[in-house]
Amino acid sequence: MRGIEHRGIVHAEGPILVAECTERAGFGELVAVYGRDGARRVGRVLDSSDRSVAIQLFSSNAGLSLEETRVEYLARSLELRVGPDLLGRIFDGLGRPADDYPEILSSEFRDVNGSPINPAARVYPRDFIQTGISAIDGMNTLIRGQKLPLFSGNGLPHNRIAAQITRQARILSADEPFAVVFAAMGIKYDVARFFVESFERSGVLARVVMFFSLADSPSIERLVTPRSALTAAEYLAYERGMHVLVILTDMTNYCEALREVSASRGEVPSRKGYPGYLYSDLASLYERAGRIESSSGSITQIPILSMPNDDITNPIPDLTGYITEGQIVVDRELSQKGVYPPIAVMPSLSRLMKDGIGEGMTREDHKDLSTQLFASYARVRNVRNLSAIIGEEELSVLDKTYLRFGERFETEFLAQGEDEDRSIGETLDIGWRLLGALPREELLRLSLSLIERHLPGADGRTGGAGVSDGAGAAGGATASGGATASGGATAAGAATASGGAMAAGGRGADAKGGA
Amino acid sequence: MIEGRITRVMGPVVVAGGLGGVGLFDVVEVGEARLAGEVIKMDDGGATIQVYEDNTGMRPGEIVRSLGVPLSVTLGPGLLGTIYDGIQRPLERLKASSGSFIAAGTKSESLPLDSVWDFAPAASVGDPVGPGTLLGVVRETELVEHRVMAPPGARPGRVSRIAPRGRYALRDIVASSDAGEDFRLVQEWPVRRPRPSRRRLAPTEPLMTGLRVIDILFPISKGGTAAIPGAFGTGKTMTQHALAKFCDADIIVYVGCGERGNEMTEVLTEFPHLVDPRTGRSIMERTVLIANTSNMPVAAREVSIYTGITLAEYYRDMGYDVAVMADSTSRWAEALRELSGRLEEMPAEEGFPAYLPTRLAEFYERGGRVETLGGRPGSISIIGAVSPPGGDFSEPVTQHTKRFIRCFWGLDKDLAYARHYPAISWIDSYSEYVEELKDWWDGVDPAWFALRSRAMELLKREQRLQQIVRLIGPDALPDEQRLILITADLLKNGFLQQSSFDEVDRFCSPRKAILLIRAIMDFHTRAEAAIKGGTPLPRIASLPVRERLSRLKSEVSNEGAEGIEAAMREVAAAFDAIGRAPAAEEGR
Ligand SMILES: Nc1ncnc2c1ncn2[C@@H]1O[C@H](COP(=O)(O)OP(=O)(O)OP(=O)(O)O)[C@@H](O)[C@H]1O
Ligand SMILES: [Mg+2]
Repeated sequence: MRGIEHRGIVHAEGPILVAECTERAGFGELVAVYGRDGARRVGRVLDSSDRSVAIQLFSSNAGLSLEETRVEYLARSLELRVGPDLLGRIFDGLGRPADDYPEILSSEFRDVNGSPINPAARVYPRDFIQTGISAIDGMNTLIRGQKLPLFSGNGLPHNRIAAQITRQARILSADEPFAVVFAAMGIKYDVARFFVESFERSGVLARVVMFFSLADSPSIERLVTPRSALTAAEYLAYERGMHVLVILTDMTNYCEALREVSASRGEVPSRKGYPGYLYSDLASLYERAGRIESSSGSITQIPILSMPNDDITNPIPDLTGYITEGQIVVDRELSQKGVYPPIAVMPSLSRLMKDGIGEGMTREDHKDLSTQLFASYARVRNVRNLSAIIGEEELSVLDKTYLRFGERFETEFLAQGEDEDRSIGETLDIGWRLLGALPREELLRLSLSLIERHLPGADGRTGGAGVSDGAGAAGGATASGGATASGGATAAGAATASGGAMAAGGRGADAKGGA
Repeated sequence: MIEGRITRVMGPVVVAGGLGGVGLFDVVEVGEARLAGEVIKMDDGGATIQVYEDNTGMRPGEIVRSLGVPLSVTLGPGLLGTIYDGIQRPLERLKASSGSFIAAGTKSESLPLDSVWDFAPAASVGDPVGPGTLLGVVRETELVEHRVMAPPGARPGRVSRIAPRGRYALRDIVASSDAGEDFRLVQEWPVRRPRPSRRRLAPTEPLMTGLRVIDILFPISKGGTAAIPGAFGTGKTMTQHALAKFCDADIIVYVGCGERGNEMTEVLTEFPHLVDPRTGRSIMERTVLIANTSNMPVAAREVSIYTGITLAEYYRDMGYDVAVMADSTSRWAEALRELSGRLEEMPAEEGFPAYLPTRLAEFYERGGRVETLGGRPGSISIIGAVSPPGGDFSEPVTQHTKRFIRCFWGLDKDLAYARHYPAISWIDSYSEYVEELKDWWDGVDPAWFALRSRAMELLKREQRLQQIVRLIGPDALPDEQRLILITADLLKNGFLQQSSFDEVDRFCSPRKAILLIRAIMDFHTRAEAAIKGGTPLPRIASLPVRERLSRLKSEVSNEGAEGIEAAMREVAAAFDAIGRAPAAEEGR
């Protein structure tokens, strides 16, 4: 039946077509569907019996009529053409060039669905990535090979944070090949352009592969977009030994497309209309991260999702949090206070932090210091609630101290410039300085020996003055210096000259230009 | 062999015709790729089969072969230290044959049939033999003696031949009976059928976990069942890992069911280097891992739980105390839901099939302490993680699980946010084993029951006081109530909280635990008396022994009881000093 065509379908509803079948179609098989207009749409077989076939389209069904539609069965899954030339290119969600350049030169294809990594073949990720952002490095450390999403909301600066991470991320000791894979699902053109410009500015554009399925593309194409992107990432990481940072945005749009398909198939929904298999489906994406024994490369994933109504219990962030190795929560209240990056550290978490920090990796005091900061800041929240009720004057001396600690934690530790790239040492030192303002007997999460070695001032009152108050001080050298060559933001050859800025890879590793 | 043909493929669920003579739950090989599958429904539409491997590309018309046996696991020496997928394929060997990614259709024996073991007979010719009879032993690991038993179905008779001490391969016959049966080092057992035992025994001995909040406040028995529900990131997996590392079971079966790949890798990398505090051997020597991660086929996820519990029953039958960790039972329930959805069954709550509670009950019923067929006592403790959507415990899986377990360790999001670990809530959690364990504790430290009750009472009162404090602040409370806040803080910091990363504190012996709680409650008693005697609270609050008590857990080793006793003497001295000092400046 390879390449065999059938004319006519019996039913069409949303992205689902039902065709009668004279030949037997394989489950998951790729099909090409042609309408009256002759245009080619692709889809895949969802349900195949000896009588009929249900097909899910990845593009719009507009213009398809029951009689005149032709279905071609292609006897393979959806595949992505892969090769080193992927770098510097832009594709649509289905992996077709979207930058006016031809297909890449390669005859190698990979199934976009991938295969599950054998847990016995994984290497447990432990390498610290310095992002230069204190809220992340100090409190919710990113590890090479981790999947760490940004949970955000409409109008919050998640894109700026993701771009800053991409610019500043580096492994402390390494000098290794890296790449960035960027998948845009249902986002606006401006947002996509913001990222392109940011990559360009930091001089990494030639090492970026982009998959664009923007707001004006058919929503079901988004179901393939992250799979295309992750297939490219797996190729670069596991076959080319690169350290790949994958940004997937916005996962909420992906999930909505999934819901749409599920609804038009009449499946029994679970919460909020999302299909019962949303967890497994998301896992089939997020688990495509990490390190494996047979390659020196790695995939670090930063999915971005906007939480509907800022509700972290909505199925999308909820199921994501159950799969990913932590989450970075972007917070509206902090943002309204003018704190950038407005990262709510309490609900944020990095699960791989525990094995990637400490002596020999970041610093011996990192673990206990961060735990203490969490504990103390948790207390601030309670004090604030109380203060809102009884008034600040009525608070005990200790509680007032906590209030001040909370303010300073937000303005000195969390807040920093968008181009400020703090070393892990600086981050930890700020933490100690802030804790210095609390009475020593409050610091039960810190061992006495750590307190002796690190806590400034015996009287517990140092640090106030002379502290950088956020903005851009330390940044200069490392960011925004990206001189880039190429005019066409999309062109393959954008040679770069920038110093520090690069993704999940080595410092100064690469100014060679891509493709 | 019966052969049929596929008539419909809808993901991991396949319908086939021509399989009339096939039994429900029989294993089938599906399609040209011979993927593993199981018949889960038979009706006039044909046989409905769930496929345990990725079946992309499978089409109607392909062949289906029935092997005529139910889905079974292979049981014998060599299980310990191995990591399997949900249908007991050894992942290390799959890696050797098909690389870093799992390919569908890869076959591998669960136990290497050519492996040889030193067998020492334990029965003699003429001895009676029947279900569960001990025939001989094999040293499976340095830590665990593998007891070779006649299988549960063995016909009663007498041993007619027994192999002499020596090296035997798994399929070699090591004993025969005059009832005409041969016994080997391996046997098979269908995963969905509980292995029988003679009778149930009362679960009167605690499973010591090394976590204080569990061992002292919400204890579980050997043979008990517990659930750990909690929102994402609150510490279910860390708690399960901690238990797998440090609990005093003989055998651990860890089932990673629909969770993260890296978590299994973590176990694989960490456990071989971790030494059991009691035996001094690597804990991997007592552990079997089942890993069917979230991205592996969903049907195999459904069965992974049964694979795990069947392995556990096999070691229980040898007379061991086995602990099963299932992380997460919610993912298993979701696998049921997903498959049920594909079968177009009528859904009950939140899309889950109506038989969810029955399945949960059947699973937890396979736990318990029993007298085995061979007459030995053995137990299976089951500890299941539950992952409620949105962290809301009113959802079906949590609610139904609660009906079938007797220990509830509810994880609290706020505690986790404040990095108070383990984030086991002392308000929501409960254990129904407390009464049953009283006798055991009486032999160890009779004060346990009273200390536990007092501490729980105090924590409950603190919880109520906090509601007032949130409105008016602590300073408005009378001194004896503020003391409760202080002691509760001591309990939280110095007793309940126990970080898995603290080299000293991550495992706590029962003796150290009981001393710590005694020291804190002793402080409370003395402070109460001092307040009654007119000492103002701030003087108590500013005593340096408070900080000392909070830090004891990390400073005193499990063997160093004197350290805690010394601290208790300091507490006594401090209060004596207060008592002697002239009543402080009047008022406060
Ligand atoms: N006992 C503990 N000691 C120290 N840290 C802990 C402890 N328990 C949990 N944590 C911290 O919390 C993080 C999350 O814990 P864990 O992975 O066990 O959560 P979970 O409940 O299994 O989440 P999920 O449902 O998403 O799998 C850990 O990575 C660790 O940082
Ligand atoms: Mg977990």
